[in-house]
Amino acid sequence: MIKLDNVKKSFGNNHVLRGVDLEIASGTSMVIIGGSGTGKSVALKSVLGLVIPDSGLITVDGQDVTAGDRDAFLARFGMLFQGGALFDSLPVWQNVAFRLLRGSLKRPKDQAREIAIEKLRRVGLKPDVADKFPAELSGGMQKRVGLARAIAAEPEIIFFDEPTTGLDPIMSGVINDLIREIVVEMGATAMTITHDMTSVRAIADNVAMLHDGVIKWTGPVADMDASGDPYLDQFIHGRATGPIESVR
Amino acid sequence: MNVLTSPLASIGRNTLALLALVGRVTTYAGLTLSHLFRPPFYGREFLHALVQIGWLSLPVVGMTALFTGGALALQIYAGGARFNAEAVVPSIVAIGMTRELGPVLGGLMVAARVASSIAAEIGTMKVTEQIDALTTLSTNPMKYLTLPRVLAATLAVPVLVGVGDAIGIMGGYLVGITRLDFNAAAYLKNTVDFLEPWDVVSGMIKGAAFGFIVALMGCYYGMNSGRGAQGVGAATKSAVVAASILILAANYILTEVFFSA
Repeated sequence: MIKLDNVKKSFGNNHVLRGVDLEIASGTSMVIIGGSGTGKSVALKSVLGLVIPDSGLITVDGQDVTAGDRDAFLARFGMLFQGGALFDSLPVWQNVAFRLLRGSLKRPKDQAREIAIEKLRRVGLKPDVADKFPAELSGGMQKRVGLARAIAAEPEIIFFDEPTTGLDPIMSGVINDLIREIVVEMGATAMTITHDMTSVRAIADNVAMLHDGVIKWTGPVADMDASGDPYLDQFIHGRATGPIESVR
Repeated sequence: MNVLTSPLASIGRNTLALLALVGRVTTYAGLTLSHLFRPPFYGREFLHALVQIGWLSLPVVGMTALFTGGALALQIYAGGARFNAEAVVPSIVAIGMTRELGPVLGGLMVAARVASSIAAEIGTMKVTEQIDALTTLSTNPMKYLTLPRVLAATLAVPVLVGVGDAIGIMGGYLVGITRLDFNAAAYLKNTVDFLEPWDVVSGMIKGAAFGFIVALMGCYYGMNSGRGAQGVGAATKSAVVAASILILAANYILTEVFFSA
């Protein structure tokens, strides 16, 4: 279980997280929604230790994320970044097998390549993509490669940062389906941040809405439409008027 | 705040900012060096950096040295003619190239070529979240990106300086025998007779220090790049400016240490 307990984070005078409390049960898929700049990415990166909270406690299976063996901790995670974050200087297969070519999970190059090609196949890419460089791929293909990299080492926990941003609706649907299938198939715990409501309905078991630095609402995705929460209602229906101020 | 105190406040703020920067860069340098003794080591990245920084800088450093050696020969000849000392051209060219111009101009050319390239590459990696991706893939960016580049530059630039020295002396020789009517054998004999091993070694030690500075500045400013194209551009500019100034400052300090009476 991933647990955030009263997590606060400020950047100068910008108080991004003002006391986030959230629990994600093992094997479930939690989607965090909220407007741009509400701190979704900061919350996610705090769990990974990429951002250090000012106060509060984050635990994974009861263990403080800031304590213990960092490599062993990170080996439990896979992450799909918003822009893919593929390494330009490496061919696709080495991006996918990055973790398998170095560190504690290192294995022979041939074996790592085989696994990479298998993972590429899993996300719907042909083996001939393996030797291309990321710059030669379309946005949708880069996203798939990022997904293949996230699952290459069979992590227990997978994070997805805006997985469908910048993709056309069909490709978004493909990525959403892939994410759902992979999470179910691997039995992994998933944490996704997005403001794409189609993604939310396709991926989520549970939903949390982050606004103004705190979790405004959390519950099963099935309860989302009848929540009665004015913030959540405005967000999921995309209304310009409501308690969430929009800049026009 | 009145008109009299606001300039003082501005000086104070800038001084504090400069000291903070010096502190951050020093900490970054210490952290980089501390990784020298802690595995894992990324040999492939080191070799890649060695080729990028050393081998691919050779044409730039070589051309710079060639023209500098030639110009130096002309200048020494013209200046020496004022007191009938034209004969010192070979020895002054050799000493000037090996002690000063070879390492300093080589260092500055490498700063322009390498510090900018490292800062832009790492800055872009930061902006596109590749640095974060490295961390999530259990790979320390300091070990994977910074240490190989700093180590490669520290080892490659002295070699570049050595090669540049030889090419610079050859530039002086070519100008000496074709334009200044020196006898080829006499020019070479004068060069060899007056050049001491310490002249060459001191220049190469300077080269090692300059290589360290160049790669460190490139990595530091890249890792601390701001967002977007403007942030990466600013990081690149800062890396080149800081590396160039530090090279000139370090050159003075090392010259003082090596050659002051």
